[in-house]
Amino acid sequence: MSWGVQGVEVHFGKVTALRDVDLALPPGEVRVVVGGDGAGKTTLLQVVAGSLRPQSGEAAKPPAARIGYLPASSGIYPDLTVGENLDFAAAAYGVSGQPARERRRLLLTRAGLDGVERRLGGELSGGMRQKLGVIRAMLHRPELLVLDEPTTGVDPISRRGLWWLIAHAAAEGSAVLVATTYLDEAERAAELLLLDRGRVLASGRADEVVRGMPGRLFAGDGAPAAEDARRAWRRGRRWRLWCPDGDADVGSAWQAASPDLQDAVTVALLQEGLDDGEGGVA
Amino acid sequence: MRAMIVKEFLQLRRDRRTLAMMIVLPIMLLVIFGYAASFDVSRISAVVVGAQAKNFSQRLKAPFSLVGTYPGQGAAAARRDLRDGKADVAFVTGGGSTLVFINGADLFSARAAETAVARLSAPGADMPRLQAELKKVLPPGAEIKLVAPVPPRVKILYNPGLKTTLVMVPGIAGVILVFVGTLIASLGVVRERQAGTLEQLAVMPLSPWDVLIGKIAPYFAVAAIDLALVLAVGMWLFGVPMRGSWVLLILGALLFLFVTLSIGVLISSVSQNQGQAMQLAMLTVLPQILLSGLIFPLSSMAAGVRWISYLLPLTYFVQISRGEMLLGQPLRDLWQPFLYLAVLGLVAVTFAILRFHRLLNPSQGLGAPRRVQSAEARP
Repeated sequence: MSWGVQGVEVHFGKVTALRDVDLALPPGEVRVVVGGDGAGKTTLLQVVAGSLRPQSGEAAKPPAARIGYLPASSGIYPDLTVGENLDFAAAAYGVSGQPARERRRLLLTRAGLDGVERRLGGELSGGMRQKLGVIRAMLHRPELLVLDEPTTGVDPISRRGLWWLIAHAAAEGSAVLVATTYLDEAERAAELLLLDRGRVLASGRADEVVRGMPGRLFAGDGAPAAEDARRAWRRGRRWRLWCPDGDADVGSAWQAASPDLQDAVTVALLQEGLDDGEGGVA
Repeated sequence: MRAMIVKEFLQLRRDRRTLAMMIVLPIMLLVIFGYAASFDVSRISAVVVGAQAKNFSQRLKAPFSLVGTYPGQGAAAARRDLRDGKADVAFVTGGGSTLVFINGADLFSARAAETAVARLSAPGADMPRLQAELKKVLPPGAEIKLVAPVPPRVKILYNPGLKTTLVMVPGIAGVILVFVGTLIASLGVVRERQAGTLEQLAVMPLSPWDVLIGKIAPYFAVAAIDLALVLAVGMWLFGVPMRGSWVLLILGALLFLFVTLSIGVLISSVSQNQGQAMQLAMLTVLPQILLSGLIFPLSSMAAGVRWISYLLPLTYFVQISRGEMLLGQPLRDLWQPFLYLAVLGLVAVTFAILRFHRLLNPSQGLGAPRRVQSAEARP
C-alpha cells in the first residue's frame, strides 16, 4: 500500500507552511524532500508522520505503531544510554523476543554503535546521535519511515553510514521519506520534492527535474553584467548564468553548460524569486 | 557592559512569566503575611457539658465562642467533641471544680485557651484584696465571707506538653510530598520538550494516559518512600504518636500525592522551559506552606485570604495527618478533607490529561507545531 499526502495545506496563523502539496510514498522506495530553511520540510514530515493535522488535504499513513519517525532534534534522551534509548523504543512499539534482540544487535553493529551501548545519549557525537535516532526509528520495522534531516551537521563518513541504514530500511520494504538540504542525497533517492515557502517547485526523479529546467544555462569565468546579476550565481571558481529565454544572446564570454540537479534546483528557486519580484541567488 | 544590560532587558521582556513572577510574588507574599500570617487567636470555640452547663455557658465571654451547651452529657462527650474538631476547649461542669479539656493538637488555639482559662479563674486569686475593699465600705461589725471559686482543672489532650514537633511533623510530611510531587514532577514534561523528545512521544503509539501515568509513577514511588521515612523518623526521633488508623493515613497520603503530582505534571505541560516550570511550581508551593494551616492557624486568617486555603490540597492533608496521628479521628470526622482532596485531584488530573491530549495528539497543538512555526514557517 502506498502512503503519502494529497492537496495538503498547513497554516500557522497568517503564515502558510504548506500549500497544496502532493506526495506519494510507495513501499520499498526512498523519497527525499529538499528545500532551504523555512521551506516547509519539517511541517510536511510532521503531517506524513501524523504529529500534525493539516487544515485541508489528506494524509494516508499506517497506524502509529507502524510508523518510524526521527524528528529534527534526533529524539534521543540525553540522560539514557544508547541501549536504554533503544529499550524504551522497543517497549513503546511492543517489540520483544529473540528476533527483536537480534535486530537490535544487527542495527547497532551496522550503525557502528555496538561499542557504545552503555554511553549516555548526551555524550554521543552529533553523527552517532543521528545514527542512533535512525536505528531507533527503524527498530520495529516500520511500514513508513520518516526522517527529518538525519544527515545535517554530520561528517561525510557518518553520512555514508546513515544512508546505508536508510537504503537498508527501504530494502526491507519500508516507504521512506527523508528531508535534507544536501542535493547529492536527493540525487540518490527514487524521487524528490523541492519545496520553497510551502510550495512545491519541482518533483519527480532527479533526471526529470534536471530535464524539466526551463530556459538555458551558461558558464563563464567573469562576473556577469549588472543587468544579469539577478540570474547569475557562483559555482566553484566559475559563474553560472541562467536565461529564461532559450534564444537570448549572452555574448562570447559565456559557454552553454549542461545543468545538473544543483543547477536545476537553483534555477527553480531563482525563477520563483523573479516571479515574486525578488533578487537573485548569487 | 551596556550591551550586556540591554541584552538582559530584551531577554527579560520576552520572558513574560518571569517578569510576571517578579511582580506577582512580592504582592502575594505581602498579602499572605499581611492577612494570613498571624499567630493570634481571637476566637476559641468552646463546648460546655455537665450539670452546670447552662449557668457556666452564660458566664463565658470572649475570646471563648460557645458552639454548644449539653447539660446532659459528660467528660466522654467533651473529649469526643474535641477529637472531632467541633471545639478547641470543652468545659465539664458539675461535681466540684470545673474540668477543662484543651485540644493540644491545635497549638496556637491551645496556648490561647490556656491563657484565657487562667484568666477565667483569676478572681479567685484576687479574693483577699476584694475582702479588704469590702471591709472598708461595710458598717463596723458586719462581715461578709467571700467564697473563692474553685479553680478549674485544666487537661490538655493529644499534645499535653504542647510540643511544636508533634504538631509540625505530620504537616511536614505533607510539605515533603508537595516538594517531590509538584516541584520535581513539574520538570518531567518540560524536560522532554527541551530535549526535543516530546515530538517523538507524540508519534509513538502511546496514549496521553500512558504518558501521564508513566510520568507520575516513578515520582509516586519515590514520594511514598519519602513519606515512610519522614513518618518513621518523626515517630522514633520526635515521639509523634499514631493514634488513628494507618489505613486512613496512607489513603490520605496517596490521594494527596496523586493531587500534587497531577498539579506538577500539569505545570510541566504548560511550561516552555524548566525555569518557567520551577517558577510556576513555587507559585503553588509557597501558598500551600503558608496558608494550609501548617504554620498559621486557619482561624487566625482574614476571611478574604482563608478561602484560598480551602483551594489548597495541603490544607486537607494537614487535617488528615494531624487527625490520624494526633487525634485518632475516625473517617466520619475526616470525610470532608478526603472528599475535597478527591475533587482537587479530579480537577488537576482532568486538566493534565487535556493538556497531554493537546501536546500529543496530531492537531494544531502546542508542542510540535509551535516549534515548526519558529523553525520552518517564518516568512
